[in-house]
Amino acid sequence: MTDTHIDREALSVLRDVMEEGYPELLDTFLADSESRLGELQKTSDAKVLSEVAHSFKGSASNMGAVRLAALCQELESDAKDKSPAEIVKLVAEISGEFAEVRPVYESEKHPAHTH
Amino acid sequence: MQAQEPLTILIAEDSAADRLLLSTIVRRQGHEVLTAANGAEAVDLFRRQQPDLVLMDAMMPVMDGFEAARQIKALAGETLVPIIFLTSLTESEALARCLEAGGDDFLAKPYNQVILAAKIKAMDRLRRLQATVLQQRDLIAKHHDYLLNEQRVAKAVFDKVAHSGCLSAPNIRYLQSPYALFNGDLLLAAYTPAGDMHVLLGDFTGHGLPAAVGAMPLAEVFYGMTAKGYGLAETLREMNAKLKRILPVDMFCCATLLCLSFQRRSVEVWNGGMPDGYLHRIVSGERVPLAARHLPLGVLSAQAFDDRTEVHPMAVGDRVFLLSDGVIDTSDASDQLFGVERLQQVFAASREPDRLFEDIEQALRDFRGEARDDVSMVEVRLLEPAQVKPSAPVYSDSGQSCPLDWSVSFEFRGATLKRFNPLPYLLQLLLEVHGLRAQSGALYSVLAELYSNALEHGVLDLDSSLKRDAAGFARYYQQRNDRLEALQDGFVRVHLQVQPQGEGGRLVIRVEDSGKGFDVARVMERPLDGVRLSGRGVSLVRQLGYNASWSDEGRSARVEFSWEVEA
Repeated sequence: MTDTHIDREALSVLRDVMEEGYPELLDTFLADSESRLGELQKTSDAKVLSEVAHSFKGSASNMGAVRLAALCQELESDAKDKSPAEIVKLVAEISGEFAEVRPVYESEKHPAHTH
Repeated sequence: MQAQEPLTILIAEDSAADRLLLSTIVRRQGHEVLTAANGAEAVDLFRRQQPDLVLMDAMMPVMDGFEAARQIKALAGETLVPIIFLTSLTESEALARCLEAGGDDFLAKPYNQVILAAKIKAMDRLRRLQATVLQQRDLIAKHHDYLLNEQRVAKAVFDKVAHSGCLSAPNIRYLQSPYALFNGDLLLAAYTPAGDMHVLLGDFTGHGLPAAVGAMPLAEVFYGMTAKGYGLAETLREMNAKLKRILPVDMFCCATLLCLSFQRRSVEVWNGGMPDGYLHRIVSGERVPLAARHLPLGVLSAQAFDDRTEVHPMAVGDRVFLLSDGVIDTSDASDQLFGVERLQQVFAASREPDRLFEDIEQALRDFRGEARDDVSMVEVRLLEPAQVKPSAPVYSDSGQSCPLDWSVSFEFRGATLKRFNPLPYLLQLLLEVHGLRAQSGALYSVLAELYSNALEHGVLDLDSSLKRDAAGFARYYQQRNDRLEALQDGFVRVHLQVQPQGEGGRLVIRVEDSGKGFDVARVMERPLDGVRLSGRGVSLVRQLGYNASWSDEGRSARVEFSWEVEA
């Protein structure tokens, strides 16, 4: 895990802001992200893809998942121009990136984990 | 984060994580938070809870942020409910859509709590500013309504007072804008007990309520003193003193006061600061200017005030025309004044006397291009005495204290004759006798005639034959003023005697003077002639009947009034 995936400083700010609500925020983000991934994998409608990617990008950026946000941004702006194959590939990349960062958020939930 | 005054903030965001994060940040900054997951929920929450500020995601299911923003702005009406769009939108077109939908600012993701706090603060300032502006606007509107209402009430009260007079008399025509009172213009008319008519056209300095406040006391003095039989001089003195006392230094009242006498066929004029009025002699077509010879009312002290009047003879049908400076001071687009010359041109061109007002109005419209609302004009015609029907005075006493058997004598000597008019007092005393009230007009006329005969021809030794023509008429009144000024000795005595007689009673009035008297027999031989300007008023008194007789070589006059049943 390197800092090209996650903005660690953003995470530390979130922890400070949320205090005891931090684990709930992480859970919410993870659940939200899963349902969005599901939506992305289900559809080939460029407009829906773009909208879901937009929302996903927003929360990913708020949560410091910088690469995930960048991939979502790409899907949001290029969904209408990409071929179905390219889209499948991009959605797979997004899914992979989410799988990559997920353990970080899981581990952040434990109070023992401090900086 | 420093807490400001807590606001209720609505967060509309479909992403649960972002919503949770944002609510936590905003709550930690000390505000109340309401949350909605889409635009429709947001509008519904806004309707129910009226939050102060909205953080609105642009892209949301069910109803997007643009539509929700439009609806919320419509619901908020004049109140400023700032909407900050939450967006990671990057295209300028999309950002422009946020503003078009009523958005006031943006907040980009990822959220930065310092920037968010600063934006909430800035928007709150804007919101308060708008609220203050609205509050002040409403306050101003309220004050304005209040003022208008006050004016309506003041006008209603004043109209009652002003219309207690005789502006509706058949010989008066006038034109005044409905709110002329609040331009400081004032028009009053009332009958004297003798059936003469007093008319006042006044113009207070200033506009609005300040210009109108002086009108009440002025009207009160005018009506009160006219009804009691006071002449112009006393009424003017009282009005001047009253205004001088109550008005601030920079406020005064230009005024022309007329006494139109149908019996004597004359008009007495005092003009203080008003534009020239005009006496229009119908037969010759001549217009005699009635120029201002005095300072306005309320300027001079009682000692310095000049109550001298001018008297002009009139013929039946002659008209006196008065106007406010709104006519002459009307200016056109290039600030040129209408002026007296143009007014005279209207006079010259006006063929039909009854259309004079319309002609003047038309000329003003032609000159200026629009009508003004501070133009006052009045025209009074001299009628035959028989055509004048003064309204009967109203008495408010119970009638239980009517004195029926008494007599009283007065002697008014030189210094008193100069400045004191005893007639109102004498009349009031006599009107305590209820049986005389029905004849109050005649009683006053006769008393006034006898008194002025005694004073003018007796004490002052004025020659009534002077009054045969208009020039002599003026000379006569000039001499009267001069001699009165110089008066040292002499007296007028008035004896009143009231006795019961059957069911009614009888009043004997005797008036004596210290003058040279006159040849009673020769005067009595003359035919009764009411039309001449001259004659010692003897004609008038004889015409009225009442067993008039003269003794002591004309120095003592006697009349009788009687009544049948006590009123």
